[in-house]
Amino acid sequence: MSSPQPSEKYVVRKEYSEPIEAPDLSFKSWLRWIWRQLTSMRIALILLLLLALAAIPGSLYPQRSADPNGVILYFKNNPGLAAWLDGLQLFDVYSSSWFSSIYLLLFISLIGCVIPRVGVHYKALIAPPPEPPTSLSRLPAYKLLANSEKHYKLSKAEQYLKSKRFRVVAEKGSIRAEKGYIRETGNLLFHTSLIGVLISVGLGGALSYSAQRVLVEGETFVNNEAGFDSFTPGLLYDSKNLTPFSMTLDKFSTTYDYKNPNNYGRPLDFIATVTSKLAHHNPTQAIIRVNEPLQLPNSKVYLTGNGYAPVIVLRDADGTVSFSGPVVFLPQDSNLTSLGVIKNPDAKTKQYGILAFFYPTPAKLKTGALTSGHPDIHFPLLTMNVYVGNLGLDSGIASNAFDLQTHGLKQVAGGKSKVKAIELKGGQIAELPNGLGTVEFKGIKRFASLDITYNPGELYVLLFAILTFLGLIMMLITPRRRVWIRKTPEGIEVGALAKTRDESLPKLVKEIRKAMKKKD
Amino acid sequence: MNSTVVLNPELATLSRIVVLAALTLYSIAFLILTVALTRRAGAKKAKDALANKLELVGISLMTLGVVVHGIGVLTRGIAAQRVPWANMYEFSITGSFVVTAIYLLALIWRDIRFIATFVSGFVVLIIGWANTRFYVQVESLMPALQDYWLVIHVSVAILATAFFMIGAALAAALLMKESKFINNSKLKGVKIIRNVLNVFPKTEKLEKQSYQFNIIGFILWTFTLIAGAIWADKAWHRFWGWDTKEVWTFIIWTIYAAYLHATATRGWDGKRAAWLTMIGFTAILFNFTIVNLYFKGLHVYSGL
Repeated sequence: MSSPQPSEKYVVRKEYSEPIEAPDLSFKSWLRWIWRQLTSMRIALILLLLLALAAIPGSLYPQRSADPNGVILYFKNNPGLAAWLDGLQLFDVYSSSWFSSIYLLLFISLIGCVIPRVGVHYKALIAPPPEPPTSLSRLPAYKLLANSEKHYKLSKAEQYLKSKRFRVVAEKGSIRAEKGYIRETGNLLFHTSLIGVLISVGLGGALSYSAQRVLVEGETFVNNEAGFDSFTPGLLYDSKNLTPFSMTLDKFSTTYDYKNPNNYGRPLDFIATVTSKLAHHNPTQAIIRVNEPLQLPNSKVYLTGNGYAPVIVLRDADGTVSFSGPVVFLPQDSNLTSLGVIKNPDAKTKQYGILAFFYPTPAKLKTGALTSGHPDIHFPLLTMNVYVGNLGLDSGIASNAFDLQTHGLKQVAGGKSKVKAIELKGGQIAELPNGLGTVEFKGIKRFASLDITYNPGELYVLLFAILTFLGLIMMLITPRRRVWIRKTPEGIEVGALAKTRDESLPKLVKEIRKAMKKKD
Repeated sequence: MNSTVVLNPELATLSRIVVLAALTLYSIAFLILTVALTRRAGAKKAKDALANKLELVGISLMTLGVVVHGIGVLTRGIAAQRVPWANMYEFSITGSFVVTAIYLLALIWRDIRFIATFVSGFVVLIIGWANTRFYVQVESLMPALQDYWLVIHVSVAILATAFFMIGAALAAALLMKESKFINNSKLKGVKIIRNVLNVFPKTEKLEKQSYQFNIIGFILWTFTLIAGAIWADKAWHRFWGWDTKEVWTFIIWTIYAAYLHATATRGWDGKRAAWLTMIGFTAILFNFTIVNLYFKGLHVYSGL
């Protein structure tokens, strides 16, 4: 595919009058050769195909940018292969060195191709239509009107071409005309705007940040790095761009469909009612929905997920409260069977942890296992497995709040412990085994997962994308045509040339001939 | 906001029957058009009156089919109380409707009757497949899809696909016409194909027509991509995130961009450009079927 085509090489060599004895291998000429190759249309085409090919693996393997959990899972399932694939950057395809080098080469090629063309096109725009080639009869559309002075008139052709918005220069016995300059204008607009898109995406991404925060009803967070659950800044991110605000989740509500049997229990709408407060401003209440983010100065807040946070109270045997509050449970399926972890390092007798399942509408599978039959709350149920031992929270190593490392702990309720798992309905209290105290299922709150993002490049990306689109339309729907007409001893010659293959050129010549006909 | 939606399953069932009626009409049209094409290929005279008549009957049946098909699509939308393109079944019936409608409208503008067999056959396959494999009852939209961009983004994507489909049919005709195997083989079956291809327009004309459909497809696909990014910025907190569907939209865009460069590069126009069209359209079909059904991503709207 990339082997140089002999015909093109030959054309280049023919320009030299002397036969070339030794190939000119000076550094400068090499560079020129590489540059000429790089900016050729054929290389652009090959780079485009390579780019398409290189993008494919990113859809086959999980990507750290789009699906980080998928990558972790892949490593767990195929540790050997995963390490090997990771070496080839197949989990970071779109920031990999090979993908980046293809698109950078492509853009260098594009810039190298476009810049000289801007100058050429500018000159063409201010210049009159070019002189005719020596032989009009070799043009793709040509007609000789023999001995026709009596029947045809040049001025009529001029009139006709002008009415068709040609740029016309009429001289004695000849006409040259051109139209469709907008094609090249559009082409250049398209390609330069594409560079604009790339720069805005790059700079915008570097200056951007995105953050996540899980917020239970009634909770408030402040938008600084400590207030987020996770925070991903761009390379050039400056914390000065973080206009401070605080946000409280007042209420989270879901509308379910109970009307249509086809659709029964399906969520129809998620609404997070929040109160946000900017410095020196009064708090304002607003609604965030799935397709309706909340716009705040220098950040947008999106609703990306939701679930239940059962309120749990743990008491020691003597009645002292050692833990109390809502616990965020992560949804495991569309009916919101949810998994939660409670760690209680402050228990008096022994540290213990609880691995709990929450079923908003409990139902039984054929196997007898519990599941949730509906995402809404109907007789909700909590089940708990209890583990005793050192939770490792004092070691100073950060641990995942949603994960209980049961290795090294002793299970005292549920599973193989021979003690039944604890089951609690709303409002119930149960005794914990081994004299650990009691657990109460006090109530249910909902939580919302919020994404907070800032990307100053967005607006420019959109602007350049729109320009790209305009350029594309201008370039693809306008034909560029040149027409020459001249008197010769044999008669009047009409010739037409197009920049691209143009089937209607002969039709144009026919029309010109018709227009030139003198009326008797 | 959507809690007042009342779905109409009875009307949806009726819509399915109407679509199947359209499928029957298209199937008959396909058979008649095939007969017309082979007859024309066998005819000694350049113009076979019976073939012309059969072709007219076939295209009239397709026109009747598209009207019935349109009623099927419309009633599906009414039954679901929204645009009829929110799952694979609906994409398929709406998409095949648009393909046929665009093709029949294009007949007014360009004489591309010779690919009527391809188009009707393709549409029969899509509807048949959708009806047996993709059918789902009418359901409401999940909150992520409740947005006006669903109307814009998806409808333009379907329109783009229709143009690319016709462009690919023309490119396929070109490639068969240029195929060394078909031109030289002495097998009887291949001979018939060769005779059929002889009544097709010249290669240059096929190339030009394929190009015209492809550039309109490319403009519409570019719009789909930009509209998708605007919507993704609203719904998914970023305008581009290399989601699998975004990746494939990009790949398709890049292949057709390469195609456009090929048509303007000596040595790459003609057959090679036609191959790029075939690759591009294969990527579109891949994106619609395999990516929708088996790839993990945010565009999980197949309804299956």
